[in-house]
Amino acid sequence: MWEYSDKVREHFFNPRNSGPLEAANGIGDVGSIQCGDALRLMLKVNPDTETIEDAHFQTFGCGSAIASSSALTEIIKGMSLDDALKVSNQNIADYLDGLPPEKMHCSVMGREALQAAIANYRGEKWSDDHEEGALVCKCFAVDAVLIEDVVKANNLNTVEEVTFYTKAGGGCAACHEGIEEILAKIKAERAGPGEVSPPLKPLAPKPAAAPKLTLVQRIKKIEEVLESIRPMLIRDHGDVDLVEVQGRNIYVNLKGACSGCMMEASTLGGIQQKLIEALGELVQVLPVSYMPAEA
Amino acid sequence: MEPIYLDNNATTRVDPAAVEAMLPFFTEHFGNASSIHAFGSKVGQALKQARQQVQTLLGAEHDSEIIFTSCGTESDSTAILSALRAQPERNTVITTVVEHPAILSLCDWLEKEGYIVHKLKVDKKGRLDLDLYKSLLHDGVAMVSAMWANNETGTLFPVEKMAELAAAKGIMFHTDAVQAVGKIPMSLKDSKIDMLSLSGHKLHAPKGIGVLYLRRGCRFRPLLRGGHQERGRRAGTENSPSIIALGRAAELALEHLDYENTEIKRLRDKLEKGILAQVTHAFVTGDITNRLPNTCNIAFEYVEGEAILLLLNKMGIAASSGSACTSGSLEPSHVMRAMGIPYTAAHGTIRFSLSRYTTEAEINHVIEAVPPIIAQLRKLSPYWKENGPVENPEEAFAPAYA
Ligand SMILES: Cc1ncc(COP(=O)(O)O)c(C=O)c1O
Ligand code: FES
Repeated sequence: MWEYSDKVREHFFNPRNSGPLEAANGIGDVGSIQCGDALRLMLKVNPDTETIEDAHFQTFGCGSAIASSSALTEIIKGMSLDDALKVSNQNIADYLDGLPPEKMHCSVMGREALQAAIANYRGEKWSDDHEEGALVCKCFAVDAVLIEDVVKANNLNTVEEVTFYTKAGGGCAACHEGIEEILAKIKAERAGPGEVSPPLKPLAPKPAAAPKLTLVQRIKKIEEVLESIRPMLIRDHGDVDLVEVQGRNIYVNLKGACSGCMMEASTLGGIQQKLIEALGELVQVLPVSYMPAEA
Repeated sequence: MEPIYLDNNATTRVDPAAVEAMLPFFTEHFGNASSIHAFGSKVGQALKQARQQVQTLLGAEHDSEIIFTSCGTESDSTAILSALRAQPERNTVITTVVEHPAILSLCDWLEKEGYIVHKLKVDKKGRLDLDLYKSLLHDGVAMVSAMWANNETGTLFPVEKMAELAAAKGIMFHTDAVQAVGKIPMSLKDSKIDMLSLSGHKLHAPKGIGVLYLRRGCRFRPLLRGGHQERGRRAGTENSPSIIALGRAAELALEHLDYENTEIKRLRDKLEKGILAQVTHAFVTGDITNRLPNTCNIAFEYVEGEAILLLLNKMGIAASSGSACTSGSLEPSHVMRAMGIPYTAAHGTIRFSLSRYTTEAEINHVIEAVPPIIAQLRKLSPYWKENGPVENPEEAFAPAYA
């Protein structure tokens, strides 16, 4: 059986705030019975103060799904809607003294139900480009969808590269076969149906072909890109700063929840892709810790 | 109350008599059976006896048809890889979609290596279509591998009949009988089965000991090459204590075969009826009239299996589930999906598997414990309302994504 913390067990055996909430004025449904996880979050929001006066849940799911739901209702009761929106899935997991890597998605579901319920209260439509794949790397909790995205975005070809960007594969090595399969699949897709596509399509703009920017223009562009990403990072309790530009190496400082978390490498990969597009040249985004000492 | 163990298809308690039989072989008789001196000869005799005890349980013609291995998984791998290597002109393996991962993962890998694998589908009750099977038997098939009994539902496949059909076309037949051996009678000498896998820890012998039965005359290639142990068919110094315990356990299994098929079956049926009489929206999966006497797999709709197991565990009851969450994948058990069990039920399947240690009092206790657990979880479920599932669950619960 899973290594559940005492807190998870406690919330599973004695769930708080379970069952329907008659006075609910914001309801969020996420998940489905097909996936084996479904959660309905019901909020009673005070329209004058925009605070959550009560929160209930109904969950179909495993022990950690029920515990995550219970924890979420406890966390958000009494919060303003704006504060509640800042609750991250990591907050839910932390509240429960952690969840096994295979179960982190239960806390993600809790956060999504919260967003859906608040959107429902505000009369907005909430949709999520939610896509979750089978867990490939158990050591670092990386799923197939994330690996595919990163491989495609960064044109990766080897397990070592995937490990560099996502950490997947950097532990016990059990997932190397799975990562290789993903690489092979994407390689086949890249090759496409032989006759139709032109033989060798450059996947990224050639550095030489890109218009030369001055250093100031480059830094301005880089700042613009970082600015556009910042809200997303802040939502996850993180932030990013530009530290130094040295040729094609761009050093940034990831802060808050992003730094050191399992997703750091993929966050950097995502920023890098955006910068390559914006600058029209191949650059490498590196954490500041990689900056040569003498620089 | 003592904890109640109803997970005997996962593993079993080693019979005290088997423990007693093996202990001297750690200490007094620690010798290597291959040695000439006296330390070895005592061990050699004991191994011979164990081989005969297993031979008797399987109803094999010769004791040399018994090869000791390290586990059921090794026996499975040895069988299939041997068939492919011994017959390089044949490149196809026929198996079924409901096999244990010991077979399925190997077959998936073989496919990647370029072999052709046909996985026979099953119907709603987990049964095979024998006419389709017959039509797939051709000269390119190196081996058919079909499990004797399914580990999740206990459903029995007609392997004796299937082996005859394969033999008629000159095709080798292997059966993963890890769950069947010791629970149902068998007589391999009267069958056309060429190879059979068994695993000690499913029949009250220790973990880490298995057997590959290899019919005399069947072409064979070893998996492990090295010394001449097991006549060179499985190199590596024999795990003598475990082999000797397995021999004793095989003897005991044979003695209890009647009990298994009368008393254990009665308790299993009582458990099943007792639960279903109190819990609505629940049903037994698999081929109910044709399954192992000790296994019962119940699907509880609108609840999730892992949550059930945690609550059972809290009450001191051990069982297992085919839910996605217990396997760490997103899909519920491949066996349940293969039978077309709807998702509303597949995530909530619970397997109870009994043994000769199971008592009537334990069964009575479980019959009492299960219904409130299901009711408690259904109360939490957005798909459940008062006394039944919400009408039109897909509409009542409208997720932002699915
Ligand atoms: C049908 C079946 N085959 C093979 C195995 C694997 O046996 P072992 O654990 O000895 O490798 C099992 C055990 O779970 C099983 O149920
Ligand atoms: S599972 Fe990926 S490194 Fe261990």
